[in-house]
Amino acid sequence: MNIHWTQKSKLLAPIAETGHCGIFLVRMLGSIRFERGLLLSTLQQTYLIGARSLVIIMICGFFVGMVLSLQSINALQQFGASDQVSLLVGKSLFRELGPVLTALLFAGRAGTSVAAEIGLMKATSQIEAMQLMAIDPVQRIALPRFLAGLLSLPLLTAMFNAFAILGAVVFSIGVMGLDPGIFWSKLETGIYFGKDFMGGFWKSIVFGGLVSLIAVYFGYYAKPTGEGVGTATTRTVVMSSVLVLIFDFIMTSFLI
Amino acid sequence: MKDPIIRLKNVSFKRDEKVILDDVSMDIERGSIVAIMGPSGVGKTTILRLISGQLHPSKGSIEVNGNEVSTLSHRQLYECRKDIGVLLQNGALFTDLTVFENIATPLREHTDLSEEAIRERVLAKLESVGLLGTEELMPDSLSGGMARRVALARAVILNPKIVLFDEPMTGLDPIAMSTVRGLIRKTNDELGLTSVIVTHNVNQMSKLVDHCYILAAAKLIAEGSPQSLAHNEDPAVDQFMNGRVEGPISFRYEKATDSKTANPS
Repeated sequence: MNIHWTQKSKLLAPIAETGHCGIFLVRMLGSIRFERGLLLSTLQQTYLIGARSLVIIMICGFFVGMVLSLQSINALQQFGASDQVSLLVGKSLFRELGPVLTALLFAGRAGTSVAAEIGLMKATSQIEAMQLMAIDPVQRIALPRFLAGLLSLPLLTAMFNAFAILGAVVFSIGVMGLDPGIFWSKLETGIYFGKDFMGGFWKSIVFGGLVSLIAVYFGYYAKPTGEGVGTATTRTVVMSSVLVLIFDFIMTSFLI
Repeated sequence: MKDPIIRLKNVSFKRDEKVILDDVSMDIERGSIVAIMGPSGVGKTTILRLISGQLHPSKGSIEVNGNEVSTLSHRQLYECRKDIGVLLQNGALFTDLTVFENIATPLREHTDLSEEAIRERVLAKLESVGLLGTEELMPDSLSGGMARRVALARAVILNPKIVLFDEPMTGLDPIAMSTVRGLIRKTNDELGLTSVIVTHNVNQMSKLVDHCYILAAAKLIAEGSPQSLAHNEDPAVDQFMNGRVEGPISFRYEKATDSKTANPS
């Protein structure tokens, strides 16, 4: 089969971009210097992109817990097993929904803001000014935001899970009148630390790294125009969402 | 030329197939204020980017302060840039930092000065650009002229040997223009800098600079003092200096071309 060179370059473009992104990651990690400045800027970014995502994560977590218990009770009642609701909700949350939904929300809330911020810094020549002052923008701009994302997502996932359990408690015990003792004992005995909790924890670290890498990469290489910044933010959400779901499947197949 | 601090030798630069600069040579003397002038899009800013090592020439060599910039490694280039201050066209202040932090950034990054010494130096620079009292303001609350002066203070905070200015007068009112012009001269003379100014503002530059280079259609077409260029009889120089529409310098966009057709003469 003959493939025209333009089609070939279109086919190869995603592979080339993946390689370029990998080189960017190596360059970013290679610029790590254990100094006070990096710690302070990482903490500042953790507050800006992590702590400020907290409210949306808590609200979404609460309602996901409510709807999950509503659907579970509805299905389990047909088999007379509605007391198993906390087990089903807990397993779904810790293994899948917690890390995946938090990563998707994080990509929409923090990933876009990071990509737009860096893209705008590029469009207003701030990145160029930094390079001309002999300051490495990858080290000063991209790295703290990447590390902050890596640090924030596991913590946000924990908050998401906590509020989802709270939502499940409110609906199952408060609304449906399930016995609190059964609810908590099923949750305690049915959720395993290694497989369920740590499985979700590793996922949240990988997703945190993935979403923040995509955000800083697309922001850093955005065209320095209004349209370029818009494209960078859109691509951040789309690529993050797709890759989070792909990596979720890959990781689940190894962790299960 | 007694002591050139910047030397461009037969520099050519192409972007894709379009010739931006063709066989341009310049010797910029230490301590002088030099203007690189020419119509918009002629490659003036490209020369600044070649001097700062952001771009590499297709042909020729660029020596800055004794270093051949196009052959420097990433680390050596960053070392070389510590001796170069740059004032970009829009000032490019960091929008998330106060005026004080903007000026202090190069000091925090490249020196081990104490917080007290940094404060002293930043306030002294703010005083020298007439903006003492603005240190806690954010860049978005500054006027265009004030932002340009803050950017100038930031560009010279490390006491560099060379300062590159990209269109420092663009978009300023006449008073701000005169203020910035006076500051460039004052800073250059007090700190013993060499200033290279890219501009198309003939009137302002004739009052400020020691030497001018005029570019047109990728070539260096004339050089000399502002006074000598004002009386230059070359049709292209005369057209540019007097802002005539008719003449050898075309205002139409020219597509990718080779160096021979890029030459107007």
